[in-house]
Amino acid sequence: MKLTRSYQVAIIAILIFVTIMMVGPFIWMTITSLKTYDETIQTPMLWFPDTPQWANYSLVADKYPFFTLYLNTLIVVLGTVISQLLFASMAAYAFARLNFPLKNTIFLGMLALLMVPSQIFLISQFNVMVKLNLTNTIQALIIPNMFTVFGVFLLRQFFAAIPMELEDAARIDGAGTFRIYWQIMMPLVTPGLVALGILTMIGSWKELLWPLIVNSDMDKMTLSAGLAYLIGEHTTYYQEVMAGAVICVLPMVIIFAFFQKKFVESIAQTGIKG
Amino acid sequence: MKKKKQKYNYSAFLFIAPMLMGISIFYLYAFFENIWTSFNEVGIFGMRTFVGLENYRTLAEDEIFWRALKNTAFYAILGVPSIVILSIGLAWMLNQKIPAQSFFRTAIFIPAITLPAAIGLLWRWLFNSSYGLINNVLGWFGVPPIFWLSDTNVVRWSILIVLIWASLSYMVIILLSGLQRIPGVYYDAAQVDGANTRQIFFGITLPLLTPTIFFVSVVTMIGTFQIFDLIFLMIRADTVGYQYANSLVTYFYNQAFTFGLRGYGAAISVVSLLIIFAVTAIQFRVQKRWVNYD
Repeated sequence: MKLTRSYQVAIIAILIFVTIMMVGPFIWMTITSLKTYDETIQTPMLWFPDTPQWANYSLVADKYPFFTLYLNTLIVVLGTVISQLLFASMAAYAFARLNFPLKNTIFLGMLALLMVPSQIFLISQFNVMVKLNLTNTIQALIIPNMFTVFGVFLLRQFFAAIPMELEDAARIDGAGTFRIYWQIMMPLVTPGLVALGILTMIGSWKELLWPLIVNSDMDKMTLSAGLAYLIGEHTTYYQEVMAGAVICVLPMVIIFAFFQKKFVESIAQTGIKG
Repeated sequence: MKKKKQKYNYSAFLFIAPMLMGISIFYLYAFFENIWTSFNEVGIFGMRTFVGLENYRTLAEDEIFWRALKNTAFYAILGVPSIVILSIGLAWMLNQKIPAQSFFRTAIFIPAITLPAAIGLLWRWLFNSSYGLINNVLGWFGVPPIFWLSDTNVVRWSILIVLIWASLSYMVIILLSGLQRIPGVYYDAAQVDGANTRQIFFGITLPLLTPTIFFVSVVTMIGTFQIFDLIFLMIRADTVGYQYANSLVTYFYNQAFTFGLRGYGAAISVVSLLIIFAVTAIQFRVQKRWVNYD
C-alpha cells in the first residue's frame, strides 16, 4: 500500500520524536557515565563532559563484582534455557504425538496454571529451596525456572505441525519413540526451539523478584539483582551508577543488534494464538 | 481431522515425567500450599498456626493494602489503554514503507531487552529533582522543579510514564507481526475501491488486527497487575512516596519477604489472583463484542 507524501512526512516526524524518547534516555545514560561528579551536578545543566572520564568505568569495574555477576548470569541463563528446551520439548512431543491415559486432563490442568500470576508460587518455592538447603546458591536461581508450561504450549504447536507420515515411516523402519523424538522431530522443530530459547533467555536475563527473594549474597546474584543492589548503596554518584548501567546494558544490545530478526520473530511467536 | 485409533504409548510418561514433576512441585503444590498458608500465621522458624480468615480480615482493614490496590488499578486503568493504543499506532507506522524503517524499529525495540534494574536506575536519574534532565528541560519553559519520586501526588504518574515507556517495545513487536499477517488482498481490494488511508486503517487494518489487539490487552493487563520492578527500583521503600506508588506485588514482597509475614503475604497474593481472574474473565466476555475471528 502506498502512502501520500503528507502521510509519509507526518509518520517520519512522529517516529523521529518517538526514537528520541526511546533512545534519548540511553544516550543520556552514556553521557552521564563519562562526566565527573561535579559535572553531573552542575547548574545550569552541562550537556557534554569537558573530557570523557573513561576512568569511571574502570573505577566501577573495580568497585563492584561485575565479572562474577556476568558469570552467574551466564550460568543461570544457559542452565535455564537448556533445561527448559529439553524438558519442554519432551513434554510437548508427548502431548502432540503420543497417546496416553489422562492426556487431556493433564494438559488442561497445565493450561489452568498458565493463567496464574507468578507471585502466588513465590512463598512456597522459597520454602522448598529452604528445605533443600539451596538458598543463596546459583542452583536456586535455575531450578524453579527449569519448568515451563508456556514452553510446552509453544513447542506443542510446532510438533503438531509436522506431517504424521514422517513419523509413521520412521516407525516402520523400526525406530523407537525416543529416537523418533530426538533424531527426527527435534531437528524439524528448530524454529520453535530457537523462539523458546530466546524468550527464555530474555526472561531469565531480566528476572528480578526471584533472585532478590532466594539469594542475598552479592556473589550469588545475577546482574539484574546485583545492579538493583547498586542503586540502594550508591545513588549520589550518578556518573558511577550510569557507568555500571552501561556495562549491564551494552552486551545485550550488541547481541540484539546481531540477531534482531531472530529476537523479533521469537517475541512475535508469543502473540500467535488464534 | 482424522483420528487414528491408537493404542496407549506408555513411554509418553517418561517424556512428560521431568516437566510434570517440576510443575507439580513448583507450581501445583506451591499453588495449594500458598492458599493454605494464607489461613495461617507463620512464625520465624516456619511454625504455622491456623488462624482461619484472620489474615483476610486484617487485610480488609489495612489502609496500605487498599492504597496498593488503588494504585495498581490506577496503573492498569491508565496504563493498559495507553500502551495498547500507542503500540497500535507505532506498529502501524513501522509497518509502512518509509525510509530508515529498520533503524526506527531497532530504536523502538531496545527497551524490550534492557534490564529492569538499568531502566530503574536510568529513570531515577532522569527524574532527579535538582539535576535530572527532565526538570532541567522543563525549567527552560519556566516550569518549577517537580519532585517526581517523592511528591505523594506525583509518584504514581512517574511510575506510569516509565511503565508505558518500558512496555511499548514488546507490544509493538507483537502487533507488528499481527499486521504482517493481514493478507495483502484486502488492501488491494480496498484500493481498487478508492478507499483512502484513513478508511483503510479503520475499515480493514483495525478490524483484522482485533485478535492480536485482544491478546496484547490481556497480556498487558496481567503484566500491569504484576508491576513490581519499576516501583521497587525507582522509589526507596523507606520514603513517604513509596506508599503512594506501592502496588499489590511490591506490598506482597515487602510483607512476605522484607517483614517475613508469610501468611499475610500469601493472603495478599490470593486476593490479587482473584482480582486478576475477575478482570481477565471480564476481558474474555467483552471480547465477543469487538474481536473479529474471520
